Amino acid sequence: MKNLILATSALAITAGLALTAGMAMADGHGKTIRLGTEGAYPPYNFLNDAGEVDGFERAVGDELCARAELTCEWVTNEWDSIIPNLVSGNYDVIIAGMSITDERDEVIDFSDPYTLPDPSSYLAMGELDLSGAVIAAQAGTIQASHIASMEGATLVEFATPEETVAAVKNGEADAVLADKSFLAPIAEEDGDLQLLEQDELLGGGIGLGIRESDGELREKFNTAIQSMKADGSLNALIAKWLPEAAQF
Amino acid sequence: MFQFCADPEQLEGLTWLSCYLTTGKHLNLYWSVVTVLILLAITAPTALLFGFGGASAARSRIAPLRWIGKTYIAVVRGIPDIAFFLFFVIALDQGIEYLRHKVLCPDWDQPIRQGNDFIVCQAAKMPLGNSSQWVHEAYGFAIAVLTFAIVFGAFAANVLFGAMRAVPRAQLETAEAYGMSPRQIFRRVLVPQMWVYALPGLGNLWMVLVKATPLLFLLGVEDIVYWARELGGSKTPRFTDYPHGDWRMWYFLALLVFYLALTAISERFITRAMGRLTHGQATTGGEAQRKLG
Repeated sequence: MKNLILATSALAITAGLALTAGMAMADGHGKTIRLGTEGAYPPYNFLNDAGEVDGFERAVGDELCARAELTCEWVTNEWDSIIPNLVSGNYDVIIAGMSITDERDEVIDFSDPYTLPDPSSYLAMGELDLSGAVIAAQAGTIQASHIASMEGATLVEFATPEETVAAVKNGEADAVLADKSFLAPIAEEDGDLQLLEQDELLGGGIGLGIRESDGELREKFNTAIQSMKADGSLNALIAKWLPEAAQF
Repeated sequence: MFQFCADPEQLEGLTWLSCYLTTGKHLNLYWSVVTVLILLAITAPTALLFGFGGASAARSRIAPLRWIGKTYIAVVRGIPDIAFFLFFVIALDQGIEYLRHKVLCPDWDQPIRQGNDFIVCQAAKMPLGNSSQWVHEAYGFAIAVLTFAIVFGAFAANVLFGAMRAVPRAQLETAEAYGMSPRQIFRRVLVPQMWVYALPGLGNLWMVLVKATPLLFLLGVEDIVYWARELGGSKTPRFTDYPHGDWRMWYFLALLVFYLALTAISERFITRAMGRLTHGQATTGGEAQRKLG
């Protein structure tokens, strides 16, 4: 029964969209490139008041698409499942402040980096001895794996960047480790919180995540990134959105 | 949205609030409330249909049909919802694309699975790569409805299966004695009488379904909990015109009220339906009604 119902519903959905398919194919191979982002990590990517994706990566992504002459569209996806959804084809590019690491490189491919490695810093309520501290980080990030490898420190993981900061404020964690560009505006704004002097240089810079089988798309984006690096427009965007970060 | 919202920094009190609550992001929140209600409205009857099918299959006299019904009930009830949602949806999505790929692109020579990647030809993509965002959202929503319906259908099937067995045996035997065929007995005697036994279980299931709607986010549909979390998180003035601290508590409080209201309304409807169904039934409830009347 279940299989029967499944098969019929699958068929119904297919038949329904086959119509749209026929119409769409008529206008050639104009494929929209879907850019997947988290939308919760300012200034890299966040949702603005209008509910649209905004931030450094919005600016970079739009410019890259323009230079590579691609039609692009933004979608948001939870950080946790951002790689599985790329691999299964729900979108074509991850542009979500994702640092290039060997572990991730085994599953997906990365474009050339469009930022230099951004130092990660600790945000805490006051000066603090990090050995033996409870440190918050977003799950599945380079910061989380760094804390896990730290002697004596205890890692607490959260699904969103917002929650990691909230954990420090309500005392659940002693400090949070995240990209400096993300933490700096928060420290500036909130009198209770301050950045510790110690920085960690993690990862190999941020790159676009692209399926391993999508070499052609990767080449297009690499060329566009190169041209943005060459004419200084990438540096201008970094200066605007990530004042803390190093420039090319 | 309003004219006076052009410069939020100058605003105070209620005007500020009225501007704040009508930002594009908040409209997304309100829309997600509608999404959840639509989902409930479509899923509940679909799940009931699945449940009815499952229960009828499980008590069928044809063995393979019975096995299918029983397996469906056992498998879906046994698997944790969250695992089912994560696995099944990806499998279903890829299954549809695989079938379309086989039909639409017969001369494709590359493998579909390349390492970790799942590659089908552009024409087989569901939805198509160049369709607009709302098509993607509608498709995601349809998948969500189907998944919810299958999961809750299994529970409903179990409830209905039990309810069908609770109908007094004497009633069915009487029908048999009148010379009704098994099909007639099922339609005229069993089904009309089972609802009164099924309703408490189904009502409970409805409540669980209402509570389970935040699982929508796992399926890529942005639901109210997602927006409450996103909107409630603290906002620094650099990235918004409406900076505020951690307001998640207030947003979640609003959610609490919303879900409680939904529960209260549902309770009233269920009580009413129960009264209707009990009418004239050979149960203690029906007996009590008869004496009162």
